[in-house]
Amino acid sequence: MYKYIVKRILLMFPTLIGAAMLVFFLLRLIPGDVCELRLAGTGLYADPAEIELCRTNLGLNDHIMVQFADFVLGFFILDLGESMWTGKAITFEIGLRFQLSLQVAFMATFVAVIISIPLGVISAVKQDTWIDYVVRTFSIFGIAIPSFWLGIMIILGLLISTQALLGEPWMPPIWYVSPFEDLGANMAQLIWPAVATGYRYSAVATRMTRSALLEVLREDYIRTARAKGLLEKIVINRHALKNSLLPVVTIIGIEFAFLMGGLVVTEQVFNLNGLGKLFVESVLNNDYSMTQALVMIVVTVFVITNFVVDLFYAWLDPRIRYS
Amino acid sequence: MATLLKIENLKTQFFTSAGTVKAVDGITYSVEEGETVAIVGESGCGKSVSALSILRLIPWPPGKIVEGSIHFDGKDLLSLDEEAMRNLRGKDISMVFQEPMTSLNPVLTIREQLTETLITHFPISEEEASKKALKLLEMVGISDPDRRLEQYPHHLSGGMRQRVMIAMALSCEPKLIIADEPTTALDVTIQAQILELMKDLTKRLGASLIIITHNLGVVARYADRVNVMYAGKIIETGTALDIYHNPSHPYTLALLKSVPRMDLPRQDKLDPIEGQPPDLTRLDDGCSFRPRCRFAQDGCAHSFPDLEAVSEGHFVACFEKDNLKEQEKVAS
Repeated sequence: MYKYIVKRILLMFPTLIGAAMLVFFLLRLIPGDVCELRLAGTGLYADPAEIELCRTNLGLNDHIMVQFADFVLGFFILDLGESMWTGKAITFEIGLRFQLSLQVAFMATFVAVIISIPLGVISAVKQDTWIDYVVRTFSIFGIAIPSFWLGIMIILGLLISTQALLGEPWMPPIWYVSPFEDLGANMAQLIWPAVATGYRYSAVATRMTRSALLEVLREDYIRTARAKGLLEKIVINRHALKNSLLPVVTIIGIEFAFLMGGLVVTEQVFNLNGLGKLFVESVLNNDYSMTQALVMIVVTVFVITNFVVDLFYAWLDPRIRYS
Repeated sequence: MATLLKIENLKTQFFTSAGTVKAVDGITYSVEEGETVAIVGESGCGKSVSALSILRLIPWPPGKIVEGSIHFDGKDLLSLDEEAMRNLRGKDISMVFQEPMTSLNPVLTIREQLTETLITHFPISEEEASKKALKLLEMVGISDPDRRLEQYPHHLSGGMRQRVMIAMALSCEPKLIIADEPTTALDVTIQAQILELMKDLTKRLGASLIIITHNLGVVARYADRVNVMYAGKIIETGTALDIYHNPSHPYTLALLKSVPRMDLPRQDKLDPIEGQPPDLTRLDDGCSFRPRCRFAQDGCAHSFPDLEAVSEGHFVACFEKDNLKEQEKVAS
């Protein structure tokens, strides 16, 4: 078990270094750079000497390997430098948004898990009955409906229903409040994007739970459990569910990591100042340092999530724990 | 001896898209208290389905018991409700399955799997159940039972897992144990140990045993009575001696000739049964063994022969049973 954990941790480093190389060199293949964009981007005349000066100031004229070494080193000592576009410290810019994105991702995961596992189990146990059909339709909708559209509908629904019920429309707050300051206001704002994204997320996980459980229910040891005279409830919860959770945990892990950087449009709909929006802006501005930092953060989240998923595997399956 | 289990005209069918599979097609037999009954036949003849039918563990859909009755210990099993049936499973009737590799849950410890049967059926604490589990492991000859209790199935060899399965089956001291090919997946050296163990322990508990097997060696040594099944029907039934020394159905005869025997002079080669077992979705009215039978007559195509006595307690379903011996002599 100890060896397993150490191995998983050591495996994180090659992944991080590979990602760093990819993002660093790929970004520099994009034509134009941040100085050209800032000084000449609007079509005005710009003095080439000025652009050159800007490049020298930002270190873009250094040897490319020097720049790369700077970036990698900076990442390891947690000094991400300044944004090439705004000049503000990257740790500050990201810090503002990271907490929000992380919270939304956790809440959406929570929503997804409490919806998907019970629904998936019911659907599998009642296979090919109307309950199964209802659950499957519900999850097909979840996959088909884009989260941002659901977000718009949620906001509209809130406005219309509060107008009708309370006499005046109520909208979720548009300013972010830290949960440590005012949990109520924080929740009032973030619960809606969490539901909008959690629904789609749950749909994928529900289908996975259902199919994994159906497979396990055909195993010999389930027949053994029934032959022992156990209650069907115990057969499902104790014998089947734990065995069928491995693929579900994988899906949940991947989706969680995706939520950290991929919620661009949903953030827009709910007016959230999250990582997704910052990501898009930094790419549009050719802001190398910011984009690199964001990619590395998302990759780190992915790698850590995968590690946690691996730990879950070991917890669920003794064959992994003892190998 | 009193009759413990009485199965009459049991029919279990599977309704699939390819048609109705008549897996068990009207079998009748009984098991006395303390008796060991073997059910013999090749793969797909309905042996396992007939066993699962007793516990009503046929998965619906697609399978269903469509006709017949099963009486066990004074109860009509087919009319019991699910709860009463559940109370019977694992307690009065328990089962040992074929594949020890896949029949134990890989994510639960041996202790968890052993104690849950006890806790389900008796009002005992976890602690007492663990003590009992330890005794059971000792009883089935597992060394170092303290350590084994905390281990998972993948730590155990095939033979040990089957011992655990047997310990599980015996834990509530059942009246009837059904062993569905208990040794098929094991090494030959282990097979004998496991069978001896089962024989010994069932005798000690005074339990009845149904052994389902395709291994005639097992039958000869361990069974009191033998039911030979073919295509969902019992085609010959008798004592182990009857079956060995006076096989009276062409299928039984062919089956015996297809295995090597230590008690007869060495043959040059084994005599396999030609052809394939029939498709259970398309059985006609005639004898299902007819296409593979060396003694088949025109009459065999019209109806299925009833089981008729050839001697006391020895019944055969064959129109040609009386001519079998003479023809066999002529043929050989």
